[in-house]
Amino acid sequence: MAKIELKLAHTYSTAANPSPDDYALVQLDLTFEQGGAYALLGPSGCGKSTMLNIISGLLRPSQGRVLFDGRDVTLLKPSERNIAQVFQFPVVYDTMTVGQNLAFPLRTRRIEQRKIDARVSLIAEILGLSSDLNLIAANLPADMKQKISLGRGLVRDDVAAVLLDEPLTVIDPLLKWQLRQKLKEVHRELNVTLVYVTHDQVEAMSFADKVIVMSHGKILQVGTPEELFEDPHHTFVGTFVGSPGMNFVEVQVRGGELFKGDNPIGTAPDLVKRETSSALKLGVRPEHVAIAADQTGVEAKLKRIQSLGGYYLLTVDLYGQEVFVRTDRPDHLPEPGAPLRIDVLGPYTRFFKNDIKLPFGGHL
Amino acid sequence: MKRTFEAGWFFIIPVIVCVSFTAILPLMTVVNYSIQDIISPERRVFVGTEWFRSIIMDQELRAAFVRQLLFSTATLCIEVPLGIGVALCMPRRGAFSSAALVLLAMPLLIPWNVVGTIWQLYSRPDIGLLGHALSLIGFDFEYARNPLHAWVAVLLMDIWHWTPLIALLCYTGLQSIPEQYYLAAEIDGAGKFDIFRYIQLPKLRSVLSIAVLLRFMDSFVIYTEPFVLTGGGPGNSTTFLSQYLSQLALGQFDVGPAAAFSIIYFLIILLISFILYNWMRTLSAAT
Repeated sequence: MAKIELKLAHTYSTAANPSPDDYALVQLDLTFEQGGAYALLGPSGCGKSTMLNIISGLLRPSQGRVLFDGRDVTLLKPSERNIAQVFQFPVVYDTMTVGQNLAFPLRTRRIEQRKIDARVSLIAEILGLSSDLNLIAANLPADMKQKISLGRGLVRDDVAAVLLDEPLTVIDPLLKWQLRQKLKEVHRELNVTLVYVTHDQVEAMSFADKVIVMSHGKILQVGTPEELFEDPHHTFVGTFVGSPGMNFVEVQVRGGELFKGDNPIGTAPDLVKRETSSALKLGVRPEHVAIAADQTGVEAKLKRIQSLGGYYLLTVDLYGQEVFVRTDRPDHLPEPGAPLRIDVLGPYTRFFKNDIKLPFGGHL
Repeated sequence: MKRTFEAGWFFIIPVIVCVSFTAILPLMTVVNYSIQDIISPERRVFVGTEWFRSIIMDQELRAAFVRQLLFSTATLCIEVPLGIGVALCMPRRGAFSSAALVLLAMPLLIPWNVVGTIWQLYSRPDIGLLGHALSLIGFDFEYARNPLHAWVAVLLMDIWHWTPLIALLCYTGLQSIPEQYYLAAEIDGAGKFDIFRYIQLPKLRSVLSIAVLLRFMDSFVIYTEPFVLTGGGPGNSTTFLSQYLSQLALGQFDVGPAAAFSIIYFLIILLISFILYNWMRTLSAAT
């Protein structure tokens, strides 16, 4: 059990003076509190697996330090760090039974048999593997194998954190959901720090208390799922979280009014009243675009209506730019091709300059 | 229904013709020779199991059979562990790994009688690198006179020739183990032996059973290399079954006993391969 602090940067380049582009992880300062459930979210190649391997010790950061409970572990090997890691593809020892698999990390540490048995049966019970302890691991389905991989991590009671590197990729969708529930249960019962790497926002949002969004080796935002959704700090977070992501409209401020090109779209909020930048964007989620009554909002053109089961997704042409609008009520909508008034300025409208959110949100 | 049946024959007949000429007819010829005494093209006598009985009672053949068993067991016991060891030592990636692969594959590309010649020259005490070097340090390596030395020479040659095959098979087997297994083992605190015992060896299982079967069958019918290297001598000390068989059939023209023995030889290989295969299967199922 430990608090994990990272103050580091990492480059795979061996050049004496690597260029900023060579960094897989840009200088960062990040703390994982003991007992938290964290998700590292980002597209492939954003550096999330690099970060995970640095925490586990499989990779040594090119500069900076890794602290567990204040103790510098940067130079320690994975086996000396009390870290457990679950990989994308389940790893089991084929010739061993489920029970022997679970006991293996304890056996290599020469723990006495009585303790091993107690610990194995406890973990097997939590994971629902108690009745399968004598089965040979090689022939089990992928989800069972992944549970065993997880169990091998949890079986050590001194484990500082369990790192999960896209652990549900090869699992069937239905079982995925069950395994995620199991993970949350394990997290509650064992009070262990979990760090979960994924590129799937649903997985991240449903699993974690805190989500760390990364792109190009940089941490863009650390926040609860609600914060990421309602208050993205970066246009990337807005786009990556949510489906579809946030709408971004390039706007200019002239005389206290907001314009898209030459078309007025409303009164500029105080936050951006004096903003003269040309790199200003208005961001609003499809969920937060309102369908406006006559004489309010701005006039746009309805292009498409898509039913997505429980709700409808409208594609609207706002002065030449496509904007997504989510609505639960398809009645009162005009036919596609007809004008539709929408309101993009609301309590959840945000403004971004050079892709970074302007302070204090867009509360009107 | 009937029409489909007839059309099917058109596809099957070529296969039957091919197999008849390549397998069934030659085999029947051997069976023919094994139960008849063919004195001349016009005269032949049915002899029943006489050739079989005489060949089973043949003391020299029995001795060759024991030598053959010894030789195959020795090559398997040495080449399999050695091949695994070599595969484990090979670099897993990088330019050096390709170089190592090419070097390793070299002996496999050399014609078998050339292998025999190479080792014959190599072992000669007067001009051979190995033989001469040994005699310089006071050890007379007389493979042409001393049966033990002849065995050592033949075994060394076979190990040099065929261990690379096992190493290559194992190397590809090892390459197919995902990196994650090693990472997981490292995190679990597994030592080098644990990794070998619980990850590498289990993953090599299927590749190894192929390697063992191939090596057994090949070593059990070995002919060319020892024939070139020692000519079966000194005396009969390195005369293996194939060589004895060809002496019988071509040297002495005892076609009948040779045919009878060919059938027995074939059945022995089949039987031992079958036993080996099943033994390896139960072995891997048990662990």
